[in-house]
Amino acid sequence: MSAAGIGHDVWEAVIGLEIHVQLNTRTKMFCGCEVTFGEPPNTKVCPICLGHPGVLPVTNEKAVEHATRIALALNCRIAERTIFHRKNYFYPDLPKAYQISQYDLPLGIGGYLDVEMDDGSNLRVGITRVHMEEDAGKLVHAGGASGRIDGADYSLVDFNRGGTPLVEIVSEPDISTPDQARAYLVQLRNLVEQLGVSDVNMEEGSLRCDANVSVRRPGEPLGVKTELKNMNSFRFLHRGLEAEIERQVTALEAGERVVQETVHFDPATGTVSTLRSKEEAHDYRYFPEPDLTPIVLDAAFVDRVRAALPELPAARKERLVSQFDLAPKDAALLAANKPLGDYFEALAAATGDARISVNWVLGDFSAHVNSTGLQVAESPVTVELLAGLLGLVANGTLSGKMAKEVFETMAETGQSAGEIVAEKGLGQISDADELEAIINRIVSANPGPAEEFRQGREKILGFFVGQVMKETRGQANPQLVNELLRKHLSSA
Amino acid sequence: MDVATLTAHDCRDLLAGREVSAVELTRAYLDRIAQVDDVVQAYLAVDEAGALAAAAAVDAKPRDERLTWEGVPIGLKDILCVKGMETTCASRILKGYIPPYDATVIAKLRAAGLIFLGKLNMDEFAMGSSTENSAFKTTRNPWDPDRVPGGSSGGSAACVAAALAPWALGTDTGGSIRQPASLCGVVGLKPTYGAVSRYGLIAFASSLDQIGPLTHDVRDAAALLDLIAGRDPLDCTSTGLIEPAGPPEGDSLKGLRFGVIKEFTGEACDAGVRRTFDSAVKAIGTLGGVCEEVSLPSVERGIAAYYLIAPSEASSNLARFDGVRYGHRHAGSQDLNEMYVRTRSEGFGAEVKRRIMIGTHALSAGYYDAYYAQAQRTRTLIIQDFADAFDHFDFLISPTSPTVAFKIGERVADPLAMYCSDLCTIPVSLAALPAVSVPAGFSDGLPVGLQIIGPHFSERNLLSMAHAFEQHVQVGTVAPLRAGSAEVTP
Repeated sequence: MSAAGIGHDVWEAVIGLEIHVQLNTRTKMFCGCEVTFGEPPNTKVCPICLGHPGVLPVTNEKAVEHATRIALALNCRIAERTIFHRKNYFYPDLPKAYQISQYDLPLGIGGYLDVEMDDGSNLRVGITRVHMEEDAGKLVHAGGASGRIDGADYSLVDFNRGGTPLVEIVSEPDISTPDQARAYLVQLRNLVEQLGVSDVNMEEGSLRCDANVSVRRPGEPLGVKTELKNMNSFRFLHRGLEAEIERQVTALEAGERVVQETVHFDPATGTVSTLRSKEEAHDYRYFPEPDLTPIVLDAAFVDRVRAALPELPAARKERLVSQFDLAPKDAALLAANKPLGDYFEALAAATGDARISVNWVLGDFSAHVNSTGLQVAESPVTVELLAGLLGLVANGTLSGKMAKEVFETMAETGQSAGEIVAEKGLGQISDADELEAIINRIVSANPGPAEEFRQGREKILGFFVGQVMKETRGQANPQLVNELLRKHLSSA
Repeated sequence: MDVATLTAHDCRDLLAGREVSAVELTRAYLDRIAQVDDVVQAYLAVDEAGALAAAAAVDAKPRDERLTWEGVPIGLKDILCVKGMETTCASRILKGYIPPYDATVIAKLRAAGLIFLGKLNMDEFAMGSSTENSAFKTTRNPWDPDRVPGGSSGGSAACVAAALAPWALGTDTGGSIRQPASLCGVVGLKPTYGAVSRYGLIAFASSLDQIGPLTHDVRDAAALLDLIAGRDPLDCTSTGLIEPAGPPEGDSLKGLRFGVIKEFTGEACDAGVRRTFDSAVKAIGTLGGVCEEVSLPSVERGIAAYYLIAPSEASSNLARFDGVRYGHRHAGSQDLNEMYVRTRSEGFGAEVKRRIMIGTHALSAGYYDAYYAQAQRTRTLIIQDFADAFDHFDFLISPTSPTVAFKIGERVADPLAMYCSDLCTIPVSLAALPAVSVPAGFSDGLPVGLQIIGPHFSERNLLSMAHAFEQHVQVGTVAPLRAGSAEVTP
């Protein structure tokens, strides 16, 4: 275990993460409204998700299946019988004043995720539970300084998000540094993305993270924990944890106590502040949701979901190494990013050359999607187009340098390599007859240097190559030019 | 025309025989409401224009295209959401609330062509046994206007007893159909939990609420149940019936075994109720049934369990009335918490607040196991006791209510006395069983009901049995009414 060192004392942090994943089902968790993002406020709502009097929830079967996929991918045991509970609290974004969630009979328990750290070591993070629930609406506060409901002039509620299926993944407190927390979250994100059940976009809120944090001296009992909220990026998770650990350590070293409370990370200042203390904590009065019947997940269902699981990142990495002889680091990069991994495999299949394919995919292609912010699937450079380009390099039509130029154009216009080469007149001249005519002319026009070559001055060959290249505006196949020049100069 | 003696079947036959148009029939009920409801106060709102328009639409349809019940009017407890019609649950907090959707039972009745006369009074959020907990008016028992009609479906029961609709829908959580049916001398059926969709029924206690008919006779009850029953994809706790409930058949009870529930008779009941019940037992014997006493020891804890489970669910179900989206909101609050507190303080009546507090307490951390969980264990024992009894008996019987209708105001200050009105009905609800209250006779001129309880989904047999009893005892179900000085009699 690594530790945060401050002053003369050495402290160790104990961190557990609670992660919320919005599922990308077509409809909401308990009603038929479409799951959307960015639609005009309160347009994707109905009496059920608005909590009108008399309405009843009906569980979205697809959401249960998606949640089961996640639980299985995290090596959880799936409950044969699982039930929903009501979590009661008042807030304007919660229309029924209770959230339908799960409590003591969650969908999945007792799993783990193996997290590969940068130094190649493995960290196994236990998964306490995976459960299903519904999302709340969204509040917009107008006026007031804090951006919170207290002090706002008025607040507006958008219920479009209300009722979106959520899966909560609660980890064991197996994490001891902000680096580990970030690696866990990143790899969990990649895993869920590969399952195809969520957009896992932290900016849009389809992936959210809270942390339970305490510190102690190594070997001592657990310290008092706080719940850290509002870390809506990987960077903020890291910074938030650093700030909270430091706050706790500073307090303890000053002889103060850490109190159990919920704290809020402010990315603007990099500090944490109290949101509510233990005394203000809600008593959620959980009880079994009487409007929903228990869900029975029989072995046949679980087997079917398990059989339909895609290859998961750890397994894919192993396969990429053995099947394509990739460097483990490259294989890990491709395995972590499903669209990129798929792109690579398709390209390798089309070109038959895994080495060149991986160089292009992790090189120019990755640089292109990263700089444009495009998803792999959105890039104009399809697998077919890039395979066509690499084909022209392989058959000598394009040099490596020219291929990079063609790629740049391709990434902008989506034209094929052939079209770009023709349009720009870029193809290498590999036609021996055409080159011979040029060489003949140049050798005839320069009898002096030709004589020098015949007398053994090898270096003068460079002069002739330069002349040919000048004539062909650099498009002559250099290897062929060399060969033909030697033949001509020797025989003339 | 005089509608005072009409059952829903009579209405159907009059319409089918072209003796009356749907508009004439509807008009006749509206006239009687105008004449009589000043005394009874059954309706919270009468939709005269809507009812007449719907009736006119029925009359405009070719006769051969009409459905069986098309054009027959009905009254609706104000707990059922009707699209476009104010639905208040007799609470100030929902004053002005107009549902954007139809309850499933309403959609079914609409599709069947029934005419909605209006919304009927009730105890606020169905919490009460006298309809005195309505925020808006006090409904009177048509048999004696100084007395309560029972509750919470007091408006529905009084409406049928006063012939202000041929039939009505009510809801029953712990006796809210059966007890007012008994006190008003009409038939009231609580179906098996799950037989009828709860979608659009404003929830009081989700694990107990059921919608059911209040009618003049058992035949009407069976027909109305068949109109509203069925599995509903919008209510996953709904299952529908195994077979249609009606029409009831047979006039003999030969060979049927009846268990007389010991804990619901004897000392628990008033002498007059006991006398009427004893003669009902004799009548069953005359019809060939065999009655025998049976003890269900756990049912004595029914009220205690019910008054933890139902308020617990209610405390959660009623939390949505927060002033944010619809209904009453306190004007001029300075912050969110004040808005919540003042909206709910102003919007809810005393009994509703009492139950929200009981339920909130029962679910609280540290009390859950002692209260809510313990009540659920008791519920399991009650379910088991009934199941054991049905190993030996085809039906179980008891008085529906331990007393006849009591005086208005008599129990308002004594919640425990009020809660005991449902002594005989609550355990049946906890066990999710179907039960019907059928008029059995009178005590001091006030109606007494017989409660007949059947196994789960036995509605067909239960109603056939009730029908045989009803045909034998022949108790009138329309109250003689005085409107002002003019006597309005059947």
